[in-house]
Amino acid sequence: MSAPAFINIQNLSVGYTSQSGEIIRVLRDVSLSINRGESIGLVGESGSGKSTLALAALGFFKRGLRALGGDVEFDGIDMLALERDDLQAIRGGRLALIPQNSGQSLTPTLRIGQQVAEALRLHSQLDESDFEARVVELLTQVRLPEPATMVSRFPHELSGGQQQRVAVAMALAGEPDALLLDEPTTGLDVTTQAHILELLRDLASERNMAMLYVSHDLGAISRVCDRVVVMYAGEIALKGTTKQVLLAPRHPYAHGLLASIPRLTQTSLPLALDGRPPMPGETITGCAFADRCGLADERCRSTPPPLKQLESGEEVRCFHPDRIDQLPVVNKAAANKTVTQKGEVSADHGGDALGLNQLAISYAKPSLWNQLFSSGSTPPATVDNINISIRTGETLGLVGESGSGKSTILKAIAGLISPKTGHLVLNGEARLTPKVEDRPALHLRQIQMIFQNPDDSLNPRHTIAQILAQPLRLYFSLTGEELRQRSIELLERVRLGSHYLDRLPSQLSGGEKQRVAVARAFAAEPAIVLCDEVTSALDVSVQAAVLDLLNELKTQQGTTYIFVSHDLAVVKAISNRVAVLYQGRLCEIGPADAVYSGPFHPYTDVLLGAVLEPDPDFVPKLSADDVVELSPPETGCPFQRRCPRKLGKICETDTPPARLFDNGHQINCHIPETDL
Amino acid sequence: MSTAALTENPAKRQRYVAVLLDVMSRPSGAIGLSLVVFHVCLAIISPVIAPYDFKLQDASLMLSQPSNAHWLGADHLGRDIFSRTMLGGREALLVTGIATPLAVLWGGFVGILFGLTGGRLDEVLMRIVDAFLSLPWILKMLVLIVTFGTGLEVLIPTLAFFYGIPVIRIARAATHDVIARDFVWAAKARGHSRISIIWRELLPNVLDTLMVEGAMRWSWMLLAFSSLSFLGFGVSPPTPDWGLMISDARGYMSFAPWGVIGPVVALSSLIIGINLTADALAKALGIDRAQKAPV
Amino acid sequence: MLTMILRRIFLGLATISIVSLIIFAGVEILPGDACTQYLEQDQADVELLEKCRDDLNLNRPAHQRYTEWALGALTGDLGMSVNGEAKISDLVGARFANSLLLAFFALLVGVPLAMLLGVITGLWRDRKPDIIFSTIAIFAMTIPEFVSATLLILVFSVWLGWLPGIVLTSAGSPISEFFPEILLPVIVLSLVMTAHVMRMVRSSVIEVMASDYVQMATLKGVPYWQMVFRHALPNALLPAINVVALTIAWLLGGVVVIEVVFNYPGLGRMMIDAISDRDLPVVQAIALIVASIYVCINLTADLMTMIANPKLRTMYLRK
Repeated sequence: MSAPAFINIQNLSVGYTSQSGEIIRVLRDVSLSINRGESIGLVGESGSGKSTLALAALGFFKRGLRALGGDVEFDGIDMLALERDDLQAIRGGRLALIPQNSGQSLTPTLRIGQQVAEALRLHSQLDESDFEARVVELLTQVRLPEPATMVSRFPHELSGGQQQRVAVAMALAGEPDALLLDEPTTGLDVTTQAHILELLRDLASERNMAMLYVSHDLGAISRVCDRVVVMYAGEIALKGTTKQVLLAPRHPYAHGLLASIPRLTQTSLPLALDGRPPMPGETITGCAFADRCGLADERCRSTPPPLKQLESGEEVRCFHPDRIDQLPVVNKAAANKTVTQKGEVSADHGGDALGLNQLAISYAKPSLWNQLFSSGSTPPATVDNINISIRTGETLGLVGESGSGKSTILKAIAGLISPKTGHLVLNGEARLTPKVEDRPALHLRQIQMIFQNPDDSLNPRHTIAQILAQPLRLYFSLTGEELRQRSIELLERVRLGSHYLDRLPSQLSGGEKQRVAVARAFAAEPAIVLCDEVTSALDVSVQAAVLDLLNELKTQQGTTYIFVSHDLAVVKAISNRVAVLYQGRLCEIGPADAVYSGPFHPYTDVLLGAVLEPDPDFVPKLSADDVVELSPPETGCPFQRRCPRKLGKICETDTPPARLFDNGHQINCHIPETDL
Repeated sequence: MSTAALTENPAKRQRYVAVLLDVMSRPSGAIGLSLVVFHVCLAIISPVIAPYDFKLQDASLMLSQPSNAHWLGADHLGRDIFSRTMLGGREALLVTGIATPLAVLWGGFVGILFGLTGGRLDEVLMRIVDAFLSLPWILKMLVLIVTFGTGLEVLIPTLAFFYGIPVIRIARAATHDVIARDFVWAAKARGHSRISIIWRELLPNVLDTLMVEGAMRWSWMLLAFSSLSFLGFGVSPPTPDWGLMISDARGYMSFAPWGVIGPVVALSSLIIGINLTADALAKALGIDRAQKAPV
Repeated sequence: MLTMILRRIFLGLATISIVSLIIFAGVEILPGDACTQYLEQDQADVELLEKCRDDLNLNRPAHQRYTEWALGALTGDLGMSVNGEAKISDLVGARFANSLLLAFFALLVGVPLAMLLGVITGLWRDRKPDIIFSTIAIFAMTIPEFVSATLLILVFSVWLGWLPGIVLTSAGSPISEFFPEILLPVIVLSLVMTAHVMRMVRSSVIEVMASDYVQMATLKGVPYWQMVFRHALPNALLPAINVVALTIAWLLGGVVVIEVVFNYPGLGRMMIDAISDRDLPVVQAIALIVASIYVCINLTADLMTMIANPKLRTMYLRK
């Protein structure tokens, strides 16, 4: 490459000075070049420094951080030496950023139109009088509905996906030559994500932009980028084309990362990567990945490896890229148990662990004022008409997007919410009292729940010992030495050492905290464990470890799981049967393989089509619009307003009947079996 | 950052020590705590070390200037100002020292109760509390004092009662925050009893907020107490009290300002000390305090 | 939107009603009644007592008296002072106007100053302007008003002789006669108020300047001052409305001490005098007035916030 790259970062180190006076590095000697028309993906987990790198390209450092060395150039301009005024002229203009959380990044007191027009005023040559038209044009370009009315709305009136599109429009207003995207689709529903990514792809090719796409989502990156850079502990670990990095990565970390992502095409659990990434400030001798690496030797642990270029063109920070093939790809343990790896549904257990009969749950509770003065009719229930029998020892996955009611159902099973109508049956005989306060100890012990956010589900004031002691004391009245012994056993089962007992949650990482939550749930020796998005708040490489753990425990104890997640691949990896929910109603239920391979409920089809596999050759199918619905329709099929295969009036008036297929596969739809 | 020191020793008692050390490591905390400790010690030992009897009137010394015998001079009745200043904080600290924990206890208890009640009852009760708070504090207290007298047995309960009411709002808000968190839901799902959840899950997390609030309450109560004394509704003469002393000396300020300076410095330093300590405590505990007007 | 406003007004009225009940009940609960308090004797001179009770109609049942009092208050008749001589509404009228004057000037000076200083200390956080003003604020906030009043009188009146330290003008005098005596009281009042509001505005500004959208505005290329005025301040000053309201409410209490210190003929001093004289009907009336003002101010603040905050505004417009 004779001409210098458009965005050129050379040997950049970024850090801050801690309270004790130490210099803590967040980025260490990073070099990155992006040419016009090129899209580069920046991959990494927490602590990798990827967001800091993206912001540094703009010459921006968060409060407290500063450049410790190196250069940042944009089109030949030294961004680190520029005066503020000149920097501001470039930012948002030729070089624009699409931020991570658009909801928080749009000023709440300004209308959408005003904020986009501001970008025009700052960076375009247009006349003030032409602004209005151009704003509407931009909003149309990002496929926002009703752009003319959207202009006068405030950010909080828009959905997450719409806010993100506005951020894109704002960035485009300045006619950028280069785009920086910081996790632009995190937190969005799968279908929304897919749409926005397609939009970005089209725009990038239209304008020959240079793009830096920061994300931990490899599926998104594979769709949008030509080359990929993998970061670990503030350094670049691997650089290469998308194909090279995603299909045959030559760095052990990248390799482990990819192996730990559940795929729809896989039948076994993903391979877990032990340990966790180092946090900024931790002293590292040798390779940062050595303590988690299957190929590490003495040299790796004592000398930090340099970034070396291989024949095939990749750059790898490793001493042993040639030995990558020695690393396991598939979960060996799981491979042996492809049939039973999800826990064999034993014949002699028989019977149902839990039955959900005609379950309906409603959230709406009118306030004092409304009760006194308004007379409105009751809105449709949040969750309705749920009839599911969960067999002993099986894992039932509940999938759906936001608003699907899956977490609500779990809460009802746990007794935290009372259903409006319907009831729950335990072990085929006993009726579960709706409120947890009224349940007998036996029932309480048998149903345990694990929550999504490990930061929130452990009392910050209690030590791990106290946290584990609670169920042990409550259900088994254990005390003293016996209690301590049992606690240590529980910790061992989740692969944590006994020294964790005296620590506070704030001293543990996210993955470790979640393990404690798992240990706590299993302390009761439950029959049923409810998992509410238990992996969603964790780093990708840690997710696989938790799934592995859950599977192991299940194999040992024959526990029944109800596993809720919005991540379809994760659900498929761990479940025997899967139920698909939309707006609180059941669309489809059946064996995992059947649900994922067809025939499909139209919603399942849309959902699966939008999932992005980390494979550059994979093309997603986008059928429905990404409209977020706030409440279910009063009558008829819940999916009636978005269904691409809607039959007609019947979908609006009649509840869809159950269409039956082999193996208990059931689809609730008006379309007859033969056409599905 | 404030909990950096905590991560080494998680046991409970050690936590309080760690918090104390953190407070003292901050300049505001160090200054504040020293002032508070100084005043408390002074209040305790002053009767022993004060050079003169506070009641002793010497007509020949009326309004005399500071001298070697009387470091701050004498007041309008010929009493030694220095001694009276040393002793001036005793009543105030005694009354507020008892009333503050009482206020925090009763306000905290009721606030947590309201926070757990929720629903219509909670709404109605808070409206009543708000209505009550809309009356000026001085009015409420004076009515009671004037009716029942100014003895300690009236002042302490009155202060404790009225200053506990704002604590209700704060404890309620803190309770709302905590019970929304997953670990409380988790405890409920396990089937722990209500009392167990309040005691084990809720209280330890609300305590920090209440501690900081308690410190602030103490400073406002001192303010109120000295204002009451100033107006003549607090301490009765001849008991020395800074508020009362300032009120007495006011009339002679144009030619004998020293009567005012002693108690002003003493009172101000104590209140500032408590405020600085409360500020440092809040930062050490990581509590974000919204700035509010007193009462 | 309209329903929201009406609902809020309704709640305000309800609060005032509850307050009036509390006041009335509070007075009822006290041992004795208005007459025994005033005459300070339970037994002696039964005749005097009876006459007093007759004059004030104290012999009728409580709920009747309450209704009469409440309805009277609505129409502006607050009853008679306990000595049976003056109509309370007459007494209160001039005093109320004087207190209002004091509060008005304090707000006029204090609020804009507080906002300005709050923004300055927030934007230049931890640097010289912040350290200076924040330290002064801490002193102003923590020292009792009577102390700062005394100190200021000492400095400006006794030592420098620039301003009078006491108000000698009588209650019914026209406004112009209150200058320059009103200056020191206004300064003391605004000192405390400014300190509180300034600290609050400061923390709001700091919070907003650290927000994602301010960072985004910077990354969008918006010049610093444009960003401050267009993106940061409108959001930072929004909660200030409520704090100013709260401070005004506090002012209503704090003004009492100031009025006593400076001998200012306002409602606060009247209240202290009434309490000292055990004139309960007057106390009741003043309590009701002050509480009502407090509730109205809060109501106004809430309504203003509803209008200014886009989130609340649109909640009820686009349904």
